[in-house]
Amino acid sequence: MNADSASSTDALVRIRGLRTRLGAKVIFDGVDLDIPRGRITAIMGPSGTGKTTLLRHMTGQLVPDAGEIVVDGQNLAQLDRNGLFDLRERIGYLFQNSALLTDFSVFENVAFPLRQHARLPEELIRNIVLLKLQAVGLRGAADLMPAELSGGMARRVALARAIVRDPMLLIYDEPFVGLDPIALNQVLKLIRVLNATLGLTSIVVAHELSAVSRVADQIYLIAAGKIAAHGQPQELVRGETDWTRQFFGGEADGPVPFHYPARDYAADLGFTKGRA
Amino acid sequence: MTQRRSHQIGTGLFIVLGFTALGYLATQTTSLANYRQGPTYALKARFTNVGQLKLRAPVKIAGVRIGSVSDIQLEPDRLEALVTLAIDKRYDQLPDDSAAAVFTSGLLGDQYVALKPGGSPDMFKHGDEIILTQSSMQLEELIGKYLVGSGDSQTRKPAAEESPATPESANH
Amino acid sequence: MSDKPVRGSLIGDGLAQVGALALFLLQVLAALPRSLRHFTETIRQIFFVGAMSLIIIMTCGLFIGLVLGLQLYEVLSRFGSTASVGTVVAIALYRELGPVVTALLFAGRAGTSITAEIGLMRATDQLAAMEMMAVDPLAYVVAPRFLAGIIAMPLLASIFNALAIFGAHLVAVSWLGLDNGTFWSNMTGAVDVWTDVMNGVWKSAVFGGVVTLVATFQGYSTAPTSEGVAYATTRTVVYSSILTLAIDFLMTAFLM
Ligand SMILES: Nc1ncnc2c1ncn2[C@@H]1O[C@H](COP(=O)(O)OP(=O)(O)OP(=O)(O)O)[C@@H](O)[C@H]1O
Ligand SMILES: [Mg+2]
Repeated sequence: MNADSASSTDALVRIRGLRTRLGAKVIFDGVDLDIPRGRITAIMGPSGTGKTTLLRHMTGQLVPDAGEIVVDGQNLAQLDRNGLFDLRERIGYLFQNSALLTDFSVFENVAFPLRQHARLPEELIRNIVLLKLQAVGLRGAADLMPAELSGGMARRVALARAIVRDPMLLIYDEPFVGLDPIALNQVLKLIRVLNATLGLTSIVVAHELSAVSRVADQIYLIAAGKIAAHGQPQELVRGETDWTRQFFGGEADGPVPFHYPARDYAADLGFTKGRA
Repeated sequence: MTQRRSHQIGTGLFIVLGFTALGYLATQTTSLANYRQGPTYALKARFTNVGQLKLRAPVKIAGVRIGSVSDIQLEPDRLEALVTLAIDKRYDQLPDDSAAAVFTSGLLGDQYVALKPGGSPDMFKHGDEIILTQSSMQLEELIGKYLVGSGDSQTRKPAAEESPATPESANH
Repeated sequence: MSDKPVRGSLIGDGLAQVGALALFLLQVLAALPRSLRHFTETIRQIFFVGAMSLIIIMTCGLFIGLVLGLQLYEVLSRFGSTASVGTVVAIALYRELGPVVTALLFAGRAGTSITAEIGLMRATDQLAAMEMMAVDPLAYVVAPRFLAGIIAMPLLASIFNALAIFGAHLVAVSWLGLDNGTFWSNMTGAVDVWTDVMNGVWKSAVFGGVVTLVATFQGYSTAPTSEGVAYATTRTVVYSSILTLAIDFLMTAFLM
C-alpha cells in the first residue's frame, strides 16, 4: 500500500503528442494525457469526438499516426504482438457495445478470460465467475444466452467479464448506458470499491456528469481533437472556461459543435442564396 | 457445460461414422477386399495362355467367388503359365476332376478363373494340380477362327488325363 | 477506350484478393500451433461444420448414387457391359464426384455459416473483444474452423461416397436386376485403395481447407455491416466453388 501511494504520482498511461486521422476526419491533433495510478480518471467529450478511439489507442487496437503512448512503462509502438497480449492480459476492457460472445452463455462469457489464460480447476472458475456475476447482480442469469439479455443486463455481464481477472487497469467505455438508477448506483459503487480495494487504475468514458463526478478523481474533457479541459470534477463543473461551461451546462451554442462538420445547411436543403 | 459435452459426443459420433464409411470404402469396394480372406489352400493349374489374367483375379464356381489367383509364373521348361490359386478353406469339397478355365467377364471385362465341378468322389487337397484346363479366349483368336470358319477346341479331352505329367502336349 | 483501365483494375483487384488470401493463409498457418491449445474449440467446430452437414451430404450422396446407377446402367447396357456399373460408379465417385460435389455442398452449407458467423463477430466487436482479452482470433476463431474443415471434409466425402454406392447398388442390383456378385467383384477387381480412394481423401482434405479458408477470410475481412456480411457470404460460395474446381483441375493434372 505504501509503495502504491508513493507511485501514485507517476502515470500508468502516458500519452504525448497524439495525432490521428480516420478517413478525412482529424480525430486527435496533439493530445497529451496522463492517467495516474490507483485513481479513477474520467474522459468526457461530445459524441463522436474520439473517446472510444482514444481507448483503442491506449490498448494497441489502433495505431496512431503520430505520438507516443506508454502503458505501465512500455511504449506500445515498440511492443510486438506477444508483448501487447501480455499487457492486455492485465487490462480489463468494457466495450461500448458490450461485445459478448454470442455463442456462449453468460457464465461462459465471464469465464472466457479465465479459461483462456489460466489452468484453473473448474470449481475455482465457477466460484470466481459467480462472485463477479453476483457483484453485478446477475448471478441468477448465469445460464442465459446473450441474446436473452436486455441491453443493460448485457452491459453488466460485460462488466463482470472485464473485471474477472482482477486487472491492473480497468477501462470502461460508457458503463452507465442502459442502466436503471438502481443498477447505475450499484455499478458506481462497484467501480469505486474495485478501485479502492484492489488498488487498480480505472478509466471511465461516460456522458453522465452526475455519475462521473461521484466517482472520478479527475476529468479530461476532449473536444475538437484537443484536451479542452482537465481537472477535478468540482473545478470543471464550476465552469471556468467556455468549453466546460457549454459542455456541462448542456448548451447547444458555444465552442463545442453539436453538429458533425457539414456543408451549409441552406445549401444542403437546396436553397440558393438568391431564392432564400 | 452440457452443451459442450453434447458437441463432443456429436463430434465423436461424426468421426466414427466418417471413418467407418472410409474404412468400408477402402476395404470392401477395392482390391483390398480380395486380400481379406480367411485361411486358404493352394491349387495349381497350367494354361497355354492366361491372356490378361492378373494377380488377385477372382476364382469362381457358378459365378460365386471362392478364391483368388495368388501367383502366375512361366514354367521355363514347358513354356506354359503355371497359375497358383488360393481357394478359400470353406470350399474344400471340390472334386479332383474339376476343370479350370480363364474367362472374361462381359465382352471387355476383367478375366477370372472359373472352375467347373467334376464328378469324382475324391476331393482336391492342398497343392494339387487341376488337370483339366482351358486357356483364355482371345478376342483376336475368336475373330480369326470365325473368319477361317474352323478351329480346334482348346478344351482338353478327358483323355489327356492318362498322361497327367504332360497334359498340354496332347493339345497342340 | 475507357474499358482498359477498368479491366486493369479488375485484374488488379483479383490479384489483390488472391494475394490477401495467400497472406491470410500464412497467418492462419502460423496460428495453427497456438490453436492447438484451444483444441476443444476445434472439436466444437468439427461438430458444426461436419456433423451439421451430414443430412445434406447424405441425401445428396444417395440421390447422386441413384442417378449414376440409372444413367450408367442405361449407357453401359448399350455396350453389353452393365457388369462394370459398380466399377464406373465407384471410380467416378472416389476420384472426382465425391470430393468435388461434397466440397460444393460444404461451401453452401458450412462455408456460408462460417462467413456469416465470423462476419457478425466482426460487426459486433466480438473479435476486438477477444483481442482485448489477449486471445488471438486467428488462433481461436479462424484456425479451429480451418482445421475442422480439413478434418471433416474427407469424412463427409467418404460418407457421401458410401451412400452414393449404396444408391447405385439399389438401382442397378435391386431394381434393374444386375447380379449382386458381379456388381461387387467387378468393383473390387478394378478399384484401387491408393490411386482411387486415398487420392479422393487427399483431394477432399485440400478442398476442406480451401473452402474454410475462403469462408473465414471473407468473414474476417467483411465490412462490419449487415450488407457487408451478406456480400461476404455470397462471395464465399462463389470464390470457394471456383477455387475448388480450379485446384481440382490442377491437382488432377499435375499430382495424380
Ligand atoms: N473506421 C473509421 N473510419 C473513419 N472514421 C471513423 C472510423 N471510426 C470512427 N470514426 C470517426 O471517428 C470519430 C470518433 O469516433 P469515436 O467512436 O471514437 O467517438 P466517441 O467519442 O467514442 O463517440 P461516442 O461518445 O458517441 O461513443 C467519429 O467522428 C467517427 O465518425
Ligand atoms: Mg465511443
